[in-house]
Amino acid sequence: MSKLGARCVIAVPYIWLVMFFLVPFIIVFKISFSEMQYAIPPYTDLVTWADEVLTIKLNLGTYAYLINDDLYFRAYMSSARIAFIATVCALLIGYPIAYAIARADTATRNALLMLVMLPSWTSFLIRIYAWVGILKNNGLINNGLMGIGIIDEPIAMLNTEFAVYLGIVYAYLPFMVLPIYTNLVKLDNSLLEASADLGCSPWKTFLTITLPLSKAGIIAGCMLVFIPSVGEFVIPEMLGGAETLMIGKVLWQEFFNNRDWPVASAVAIVMLLLLLVPITFFHRYQARELGS
Amino acid sequence: MQTGKLSVWSKWFLSLGFFFLYAPILILVIFSFNKSELVTVWAGFSFKWYGELFRDPQMLGAAWISLKIAFLAASAAVVLGTMASIVMVRMGAFKGKVAFTSMITAPLVMPEVITGLSLLLLFVAMGQSLGWPGQRGMLTIWIAHVTFCTAFVAVVITSRLQELDESIEEAAQDLGAPPWKVFFLVTLPIIAPALMSGWLLAFTLSLDDLVIASFVSGPGATTLPMQVFSSVRMGISPQINALATIIVGLASIAVLLAWWFARRTQIKSVNISG
Repeated sequence: MSKLGARCVIAVPYIWLVMFFLVPFIIVFKISFSEMQYAIPPYTDLVTWADEVLTIKLNLGTYAYLINDDLYFRAYMSSARIAFIATVCALLIGYPIAYAIARADTATRNALLMLVMLPSWTSFLIRIYAWVGILKNNGLINNGLMGIGIIDEPIAMLNTEFAVYLGIVYAYLPFMVLPIYTNLVKLDNSLLEASADLGCSPWKTFLTITLPLSKAGIIAGCMLVFIPSVGEFVIPEMLGGAETLMIGKVLWQEFFNNRDWPVASAVAIVMLLLLLVPITFFHRYQARELGS
Repeated sequence: MQTGKLSVWSKWFLSLGFFFLYAPILILVIFSFNKSELVTVWAGFSFKWYGELFRDPQMLGAAWISLKIAFLAASAAVVLGTMASIVMVRMGAFKGKVAFTSMITAPLVMPEVITGLSLLLLFVAMGQSLGWPGQRGMLTIWIAHVTFCTAFVAVVITSRLQELDESIEEAAQDLGAPPWKVFFLVTLPIIAPALMSGWLLAFTLSLDDLVIASFVSGPGATTLPMQVFSSVRMGISPQINALATIIVGLASIAVLLAWWFARRTQIKSVNISG
């Protein structure tokens, strides 16, 4: 490729990403050090130039506030816990599905994969909304159970942490199944045959060969579920009720309800720092997949 | 992996898995034809919620805005995503390649609240210092959607480019075709199906986004998910069930068509090679 043309092909997406992906984070970082004020925009400038004096004012108060008010600490912890439990559940449900699909013959395989992906092509919001009607006190499950007479009083399912787990597993299951499937389908069959020939039980073959060899798929699937779940807003908002504390919801409220942009920015920065380890992990895996 | 007949266990897992995935959607579809206002008690068959949906000007306006944004964002994301894939697969190492791949893959997992907030703050800062964009609305939503859709499109196209036999491109080059000609006459027709699925993926992602659009939108630009969210917050409404049924129907038709086309090309290529 000619040098100029190659430069152009690199430059266009590069500039776009720097402009609309990298620079925004720097601005968030900057605003997390400013102070809230009632003006447009609702934050103070870090650097001011007046009477030939250059003032740089870094306000660390926002971060101190995040540390002192234990709401934020609890929100981070409970987000991580909820996302972790939901990821484990999604793995336990998703792995057998991926395994079964990978063992089917090619035509069935494509049809099954299509069926796994189809729900994600419909609206995320509406799929979460579907669970409201199922889980609420006069919803389908409670009406059904009370109709048969198993229970007299409705079981509270909506607005609980359980509903949030269910919502995350439901919405993110295809993202768990897909990478695991991609990995399992590439598995060399002769390894499994060799193991069987040498007298291993199917269960032992699975534990010592299939499972370790599908590690990359498991990691990718778990990261694709865990990382977005930590910052999830729609699911805790619609299914979790007021008691379920998640950091994505806190950020939303700081921004839209309290209009405190510096606090919202600081919440985002801390969330990003906490997610840096899993994101790097995911990136390494992706770079290996995408890389040369 | 060994293929063949599914074991009883596999069949059980698949049936349970698909029941879990499809039962809630099926329930929405069934109750969209319910006469009663109550979303969980059956009171007879009726199309009345569809009628109300199509008479709701706010819903229709929001749907139109969403479709326009999704179309434009998907188209731009395919162009940027293709360029990015070529950079990652076909161009050797260059300064800043690691940063480039990081920026491509990071939006895949970035929590939406962070992306939304950061883009809004960028637009506000730009508006303050450059005077552009003066007002937030469709344009800012479009920019935000192009940015995160590009990442997904790049993943789809990259995996196709990696499978592609480079010798075909080299042959064209050896016969004297300039790089742009090689790309448009050789590479592009081969990766066209990947471009199509990338475009569809970007289109649905854009159509589906609530969180990022809520941050970067301004007065006058309410997208369909924003409209749905505000009406769901007021309480459950059967109108949303009707909307859900339409979306599920359209998505199923699109996916089935894509599947049918993929199968046809597969059969064709088998016929040619056999």
